[in-house]
Amino acid sequence: MDIVYTIWLRNVKRYLRSKSRLVGSLGMPLFLLLVLGFGLNSVVVLPGMDQGYIGFIMPGIISMSVLFTSVFAGIQIIWDKQFGFLKETLVAPVSRLEIMLGQTVGGATTAVIQGLIILVLSLFLGLELSNASGFIIAVLFMLLIGLSFTAFGIAIASRMEDMHGFQLIMNFVIFPIFGLSGALFPIDGLPEWIRSLTLLDPLTYGVEGIRYGLLGSSQIDPSISFMILSGFTMIMVVVGSYLFRNISI
Amino acid sequence: MYAITVKDLVKKFGDFTAVDNLSFNIKRGEVFGLLGPNGAGKTTTISMLSTMLKPTSGKASVNGFDIRTNQDEVRKSIGIVFQDQSLDEELTAYENMDFHGRLYRIPKSIRQKKIMELMKLVELDDKKDNLVKIYSGGMRRRLEIARGLLHEPEVLFLDEPTLGLDPQTRNHLWDYIEALNKEKGITIILTTHYMDEADKLCHRIGIVDRGKIIAMDTAENLKNDIGGDVITIVSSEREELYSAIRSLSEIKSVEIHDSSITIGLQNAEKHVAQIVNTASEKAITIESLFIHKPTLEDVFLHFTGRTIREEEASAKDKMRMMRKVRRR
Repeated sequence: MDIVYTIWLRNVKRYLRSKSRLVGSLGMPLFLLLVLGFGLNSVVVLPGMDQGYIGFIMPGIISMSVLFTSVFAGIQIIWDKQFGFLKETLVAPVSRLEIMLGQTVGGATTAVIQGLIILVLSLFLGLELSNASGFIIAVLFMLLIGLSFTAFGIAIASRMEDMHGFQLIMNFVIFPIFGLSGALFPIDGLPEWIRSLTLLDPLTYGVEGIRYGLLGSSQIDPSISFMILSGFTMIMVVVGSYLFRNISI
Repeated sequence: MYAITVKDLVKKFGDFTAVDNLSFNIKRGEVFGLLGPNGAGKTTTISMLSTMLKPTSGKASVNGFDIRTNQDEVRKSIGIVFQDQSLDEELTAYENMDFHGRLYRIPKSIRQKKIMELMKLVELDDKKDNLVKIYSGGMRRRLEIARGLLHEPEVLFLDEPTLGLDPQTRNHLWDYIEALNKEKGITIILTTHYMDEADKLCHRIGIVDRGKIIAMDTAENLKNDIGGDVITIVSSEREELYSAIRSLSEIKSVEIHDSSITIGLQNAEKHVAQIVNTASEKAITIESLFIHKPTLEDVFLHFTGRTIREEEASAKDKMRMMRKVRRR
């Protein structure tokens, strides 16, 4: 456990120290929130949504922020590989599972912090937190998204030689995961074939879970969302540790 | 008892044999140098001994623990300074040390004391809270050595410890390494392609070429093998020169190389006139001539027939070829 803590500590320290990254990664979500939220607020009318369209996408944008931060945190071990620091960890008398878990928990922590910042900013844009339990549910779902997608990033990074493939992963894997997740649109009104794609996307359950926590209603039952997302997290951690165990430098 | 034993160690990458049936033993408290050109297999050997790379075949043990079956114990016994930097630049020097100490599960009270002690040893204690990214190359190297010592290893691996450092810093580092070995009795195995470095630091030297150890002895004995001083003569008529001077009684060895002849003999200054006279009698042109005390460079040339520089060029070609193959 102390090893997992050590690696967690390094990740969090690095995150808090790089202010430019912290601020820079707020740009995109904030931009989407303002442009889409205010731009479409008057034209899009969602039945049963008191907060309007901007209220509807707030949980989606929070999920996006958590998603991107965590994938990036996982893929970061490629930097460690290139700058040589990974050797220092791999040659120590610790198991690779401990290293991988430390990295996953560390990445998830930074992702949740990033999500919480967007959540706080949303409060200024009209989000109202009605009760504490809803907030806790939202954080729990953010944590699950963070854990699963950091592990996902580690799995990818274990197979990548350098950062050249990063754009490819971003454009063909991460953006589709975000786009299909129901972060920006309600899944109930979709044509059947897109709807089934949406339901295959693990992030959908994260978005729906956070939406339930923050707005009090969702299209998917939160306990189902919780079970599916937890299952996905476990699978990703297992796959990530397996691939990380065979990483070569 | 030996600190390191290596028996018939082999590492292949595809068709390319990087380490070819290597065998050697290192005594406790010894400073052992693996000397050879880039691409000779030194780093591959170190990687296998430090459990970072699995050997294709053969056996090796470090501090009595088998590198295949007892990886964790091997890892606890060794400290390592890699050829490429392995520090986290976004952390301070102290934090890098602290991270290492935690990874090796050193209890907090001991950890803090040891870190300060070692930072003082490498004279970085006043800069311990600076981020590593503002450190110079020499400071980083010193920090890495301090870090490698934090968990009190029995064996310290130094892979090209002074590569890319200025002469002053190199001398400074050599002093540290010598002091470490003398005061703490740590067994040190270092790789280098600097002759003078191996000459100064190592008790014994193994000369590695193309994955094999071609000679292993003290620096002194290796040099004696050549036979006293060395005269190098650059000439286009090497064959003629060779047959002309071969019969001179003072000369212990003569070797013909690509553009020069090297002659091993005692008291070279005394006999050089005789050699030059013999050459001019036979009307052989001498382009240039040097007399010097033998260096390990001469030793390398003696055992392989090539200078280290030539060998490095061909290793680069080999790597380029390997990369091409991989791309296909």
